[in-house]
Amino acid sequence: MTVVPTTGTATPVAAPVKRRRLRFVANPKATTGLVILGFFALLAIIGPWIAPYDPSGRGNDLLQGPSAAHWFGTTHLGQDIFSQVVVGTRSVMVVGFVAGLVATVLSILVGVTSGYLAGAGSEVLSALSNVFLVLPALPLMIIITSTLPETGTLTIALVIGFTSWAWGARVLRAQTLSLRGRDYVEAARATGEKTWRIILFEILPNLTAVIASGFVGTVIFAVTLEITLAFIGIGAGGDWNWGTVLYWAQSQQALAQGAWWWFVPAGLAIALLGTALSLVNFGIDEFVSPRLRGGGKTNVKTADGHTVRMRVGFTPVLAHKTRPEGRETP
Amino acid sequence: MSYLLKRIAFYLFTAWAAITINFFIPRVIPGDPVQALITRSRGQMTSDAVQSLYVLFGLDKDASLVEQYFTYLGQLLRGDLGLSFTYFPSPVSQVLGDGLPWTLGLVGITTVLGFLIGTALGTGIGWRRGSWADALIPVTTFVSSIPYFWLGLIAIALLTGPDSFFPASGAYDNGLVPNPDLEFVGSVLRHGLLPAFTILISSMAGWILSMRNMMVTVASEDYVTVAHAKGLSDRRVMVSYAARNALLPNVSGFALSLGFIVGGTLLVEIVFSYPGLGLQLFQAVGAKDYPLMQGIFLIITLSVLLANFLADVAYLALDPRTRREG
Amino acid sequence: MTDAVLEVRGLNVDYGLGDDAVHAVRDVDLTLHRGEVLGLAGESGSGKSTLAYGLTRLLPPPGVIAGGEVLYHPDGGDPVDVLRMTLPELRRFRWAETAIVFQGAMNSLNPVHRISTQLTDVIKAHDPRGSSAARLARARELLRLVGISADRLDSYPHQLSGGMRQRVMIGMALALEPKVVIMDEPTTALDVVVQRQILRQLVELRERLGFSVVFITHDLSLLVEFSDRIAIMYGGRIVEQADSADLYRDPLHPYSHGLLNSFPALRGPKRELTGIPGSPPDLRAMPAGCSFHPRCPRALERCGAEVPVLGNPAEKRDTAHVAVGRRSPTDRTVACWLHPVHHDGL
Ligand SMILES: Nc1ncnc2c1ncn2[C@@H]1O[C@H](COP(=O)(O)OP(=O)(O)O)[C@@H](O)[C@H]1O
Ligand code: SF4
Ligand SMILES: [Mg+2]
Repeated sequence: MTVVPTTGTATPVAAPVKRRRLRFVANPKATTGLVILGFFALLAIIGPWIAPYDPSGRGNDLLQGPSAAHWFGTTHLGQDIFSQVVVGTRSVMVVGFVAGLVATVLSILVGVTSGYLAGAGSEVLSALSNVFLVLPALPLMIIITSTLPETGTLTIALVIGFTSWAWGARVLRAQTLSLRGRDYVEAARATGEKTWRIILFEILPNLTAVIASGFVGTVIFAVTLEITLAFIGIGAGGDWNWGTVLYWAQSQQALAQGAWWWFVPAGLAIALLGTALSLVNFGIDEFVSPRLRGGGKTNVKTADGHTVRMRVGFTPVLAHKTRPEGRETP
Repeated sequence: MSYLLKRIAFYLFTAWAAITINFFIPRVIPGDPVQALITRSRGQMTSDAVQSLYVLFGLDKDASLVEQYFTYLGQLLRGDLGLSFTYFPSPVSQVLGDGLPWTLGLVGITTVLGFLIGTALGTGIGWRRGSWADALIPVTTFVSSIPYFWLGLIAIALLTGPDSFFPASGAYDNGLVPNPDLEFVGSVLRHGLLPAFTILISSMAGWILSMRNMMVTVASEDYVTVAHAKGLSDRRVMVSYAARNALLPNVSGFALSLGFIVGGTLLVEIVFSYPGLGLQLFQAVGAKDYPLMQGIFLIITLSVLLANFLADVAYLALDPRTRREG
Repeated sequence: MTDAVLEVRGLNVDYGLGDDAVHAVRDVDLTLHRGEVLGLAGESGSGKSTLAYGLTRLLPPPGVIAGGEVLYHPDGGDPVDVLRMTLPELRRFRWAETAIVFQGAMNSLNPVHRISTQLTDVIKAHDPRGSSAARLARARELLRLVGISADRLDSYPHQLSGGMRQRVMIGMALALEPKVVIMDEPTTALDVVVQRQILRQLVELRERLGFSVVFITHDLSLLVEFSDRIAIMYGGRIVEQADSADLYRDPLHPYSHGLLNSFPALRGPKRELTGIPGSPPDLRAMPAGCSFHPRCPRALERCGAEVPVLGNPAEKRDTAHVAVGRRSPTDRTVACWLHPVHHDGL
């Protein structure tokens, strides 16, 4: 492959970093996840334009199964379910992205601060994240949203963002604590480097993978939570999302009427989006922890034609010849 | 201070935080929910009950916030959570008392079972890394991404019906009265099976994945190689060396994600009309029944804290490093 | 050699498969004699651990054994090839005949089990019929053997110091009275005093119990002090093999020479510490010819083109009849063009 020439000579550190980046994209799990994610992102942007019908508009085909005119069938009011799912993508993606962003920023603020600064303040922040971590999310969200005058997409996104930063903060705190003791950080401190500069230039770059994985995790969490809330009738405030589709399906007894098309597409969309996000996170995990990497083949062929599996504790023996031919002695 | 005492202090603090959240939330609810209820009850409410609701919602305008707070705490201590709007005129504590056993039975048992089975399967898959078992991972990932309640919907669509063994809703047959005889217990089991399987399958998937990853990580630890070098049986190396250590992060992960899992499982109750806290929460949301919502939040939080504590005790028993030096 | 207990023939160990493979151990021939301490030295990355794990088949993926033989000679029995053993055979063979003490023994103990459990489970695995009381008594005896008080049996690994954990591992290695004990940098993580203490104890135990030791370290000065024979590794190959005293007095390979000069002398005349310039070779891009030639101060023209073969140096062979005493000097081998190999029958 060709590498775009850069002006001047590359620093020795730059090369491995570049190779590491490429390896992440080359990870089949991450790539699959990113492609699916890209598809949903596109749908979120162009959804309202490509939807064949107004998702709320009533029609004459009541509770019809999938057909050429209505790919995912219709509701009891004759609404087109395909359009509802397509248009609903935007709300799901916005909540996932906004909540993920808010929670990630908060988790960095809380986690890195409490990890880097010692003392009582650090302990308080840590206790605070632990409290938020054990409070059951769904009931908490329900009583919070019950006090809000309106619960549109953005409101829900912000509420989720402000309540789900604790996991990320906890992980970041632990990582920061271990980074703080590293030589180069100690060295920077010894030379009188300003704290915010150390955090920004020495600590944060090393937390990139953890932050990314925390972001993706929060997006999964936020999407699930939004859909769950919508399903029990919170946050339906006019916007369509996959959860509201399911809410109407449930409240109109779609099941009892055998209208499987009403709830199957939205559920599959959720599962597909969740899988894509999980795949991205697996990619990040394998990128960070080489032990998890598949490492290509795990089954090897021996010289006498057997296939053995590589496993810890029993190294496969490929051949018993003491002088393998065709192997150049360098 | 020993590990356990520290944890207890933390849980007490968290419980206090939850109670305080519960105190402040109603104070920002727009409008006058109590007045709405009183109107709805057409004068059937005793003045005591009205007073209790006023304390709960902070409408006691004469008292300062601090006074209100202590009155509220006192009321909580007596187990007075106000009156439910939906189940009027039942007090919230009584409504919760009806729902809690069902939730504990269904959610409690299946959550723990899901963890145990998922961990066991993840152990096997992680240990036989690179074998056919790896093919299960994409399926598991997909299943773990499905919301619990949707899986419940699918289960109802596919497995219930007029002639099906599985009932689609409720916790026992309508005609029966709860008592510990064979017919009733059988009916409870039959009704519980499908929701239980729904929760089991969804919750297992996550544990399979995390345990698998931990096994892969632990399998290359030195002490596992030593165990192989000692010529121990494969089973002993897997269970007593690899899985025993891989289990530790999974147990703390279990404790930490309980709050999240419980949310998902409550939804399964809604789908199956299972008369636990989840269904009550759903009804409370629909009817804007604030006292019931808060009561459920409180009791779920306290249960999760208790479960967390038990998980801590389990961790303590499993990891000698957290025990005090002997 | 009749008194060999472990013979490695043409061992090749790779990481990865096919074209991606890194050849970390190449064509290694090595013989361990009964009752001796054989030292294996070389810079870090030279393949010492890979060799040790490879010949016991404990190398984790992507490690594979690309070829060779590892012959074990049981007392009065026919030699068996470890690399041809089935899994059950291998399991029975392990620890009973060959025990290992690992590099970084700090993590060699399972953190969640008591010392007693970890000492007795290996005894039980190899002799399921014994009583648990007998096993416990044996565990107590093993601890005493390595100088740890028996009440430590109930301790967990985190309650022991690094030196104690290392001793426990040595005691564990002796649990089944193996003929061979392989030690991979067993003391690197410990401070010098503890290190020597443990080694002295080990040599003493060896004299008492009569096992053979393969002792791996990057610290050649330790080997000169504690081992009978030394093999030097570079870039996955053995480049020199000799009696410790001979090697110390008269290293033939320029790399051995450099290694000796990287450590302060313990006894004998003081040497000037020079070390070896340059860095160990990249296994993915090994230099042609002698892999040491880019760093070798005495490199000849042919060094960059032809690989020197390990063999008895001709000049030492000529003086063989002069040397009196111990092992035959033909036991000495080197792979370097400065010391052309003596070929029998030529
Ligand atoms: N998993 C692996 N994949 C590729 N190369 C490896 C792997 N493990 C070790 N190596 C390489 O094998 C060589 C020998 O390593 P090792 O046996 O650990 O050396 P030593 O014990 O002498 O320090 C090193 O150069 C190292 O880079
Ligand atoms: S063969 Fe040549 S390059 Fe290699 S060690 Fe000997 S003299 Fe040096
Ligand atoms: Mg090594």
